[in-house]
Amino acid sequence: MMRAFLALLGRDLKLATRIGGSGMLGLVFFLMIVTLVPFALGPDLNLLSRIGPAILWIAAVLATLIGLDRLFQADEEDGSLDLMLSSPLPLELVVIAKVIAHWLTTGAPLALAVPLFGLLVALDFQGMLAMVATLLVGTPALTFIGAMGAALTASIRRGGLILSILVLPLMIPTLIFGVSAANAARGGTVPFATPFLILCALSLVTAIIGTVAASMALRNTE
Amino acid sequence: MHLRVDELGCRRSGRLIFAGLSFDLGPGEALIVTGRNGAGKSTLLALLAGRIAAAGGRIVVEDVGEATLPESLHWIGHRDGLKAALTAGENLAFSRDILGAPALSPRDALSRVGLAHAHELPLAYLSAGQRRRVALARLLVAHRPLWLLDEPTSALDTASQEVLHTLMQEHLTQGGLIIAATHLPLLVTGAKELRIEAAIPAASPDVAGDDGWAA
Repeated sequence: MMRAFLALLGRDLKLATRIGGSGMLGLVFFLMIVTLVPFALGPDLNLLSRIGPAILWIAAVLATLIGLDRLFQADEEDGSLDLMLSSPLPLELVVIAKVIAHWLTTGAPLALAVPLFGLLVALDFQGMLAMVATLLVGTPALTFIGAMGAALTASIRRGGLILSILVLPLMIPTLIFGVSAANAARGGTVPFATPFLILCALSLVTAIIGTVAASMALRNTE
Repeated sequence: MHLRVDELGCRRSGRLIFAGLSFDLGPGEALIVTGRNGAGKSTLLALLAGRIAAAGGRIVVEDVGEATLPESLHWIGHRDGLKAALTAGENLAFSRDILGAPALSPRDALSRVGLAHAHELPLAYLSAGQRRRVALARLLVAHRPLWLLDEPTSALDTASQEVLHTLMQEHLTQGGLIIAATHLPLLVTGAKELRIEAAIPAASPDVAGDDGWAA
């Protein structure tokens, strides 16, 4: 069973790095938004550093969303999903393997790229550390929520639009607590731990709900 | 493994595809499913593979231990489940790991279907027939008692059809089961035949439309 799980994880990571894969898509999209904002706002460093965490988080949400529609659809179209459904590996673990692979190619690189992109929005050192931490614990929630939508729209061609409408409202709590944790780290009335722990809780809860909901949706695709 | 199907029916989007299909398949037996285009041959295979729900009847599986029916079959359909960006070897290695019960190595399976040279080639470089043969090589990398083959000879040249014929006979002698939807009834010798006829003639759209007007 472990072997099947690792095989699926390895295959998805391999596909993401091959030609036509979506490995760098999220990161490049993230870079585009974060680079454009300072040009649009002008050289006001105080303003930039004040709204910096919010910009990075919005960019992270959109960058997660951009490649999500292919998460299960690609496998549904070419019949790989049939292969996975006839595997002894439970469908819940299939979902988890695919979500981990997606997070490793989208969420994790975003979090690790923040020290670089943070400079563009004039974040100080402490702000960057807080952004890395909040993105590392917060982006799994985004991927798990997205997996639900991706599973529901797996059999719909051009399902990206419906997917975004379905999952974006569900991502709002993660966005709120992610930004407030990142802001709290730079001073304020709320201690950093309060919103940060809620963000962790959101990731854990969505990991359960997202996995169960996505596998239920996949079982019912025709 | 023993497969018994009783009075199986299927309905998709409200339309009755077929009803009252019954057959019985024991070790070493093959069933050829025939019927005109759109009769529901692929639907029957998808139903057996557990991908769509039956509208009636029942499927009984015996002698497979704890495995469910989808876990004890190979389904080679029109959608072959192969990734164009991966090499033939990588595709088969993935199939072997995800399906469990590993048999031949990907390299040996590829040489059985005459594609030993394609082990390191991305699937995107292969022709339709070669791609089909890679899909068929999946039958060899993992051991499963029941093979569901949907038009297995499509895009295959005569030499490859011969290879497929041999593979199928070998599987049957080892006590395997085969259900193949095909227009070539001579694919396996001594196979049972199941012909899917139109379920109810009145199910055709224009007649249904007439009823609508009458009401």
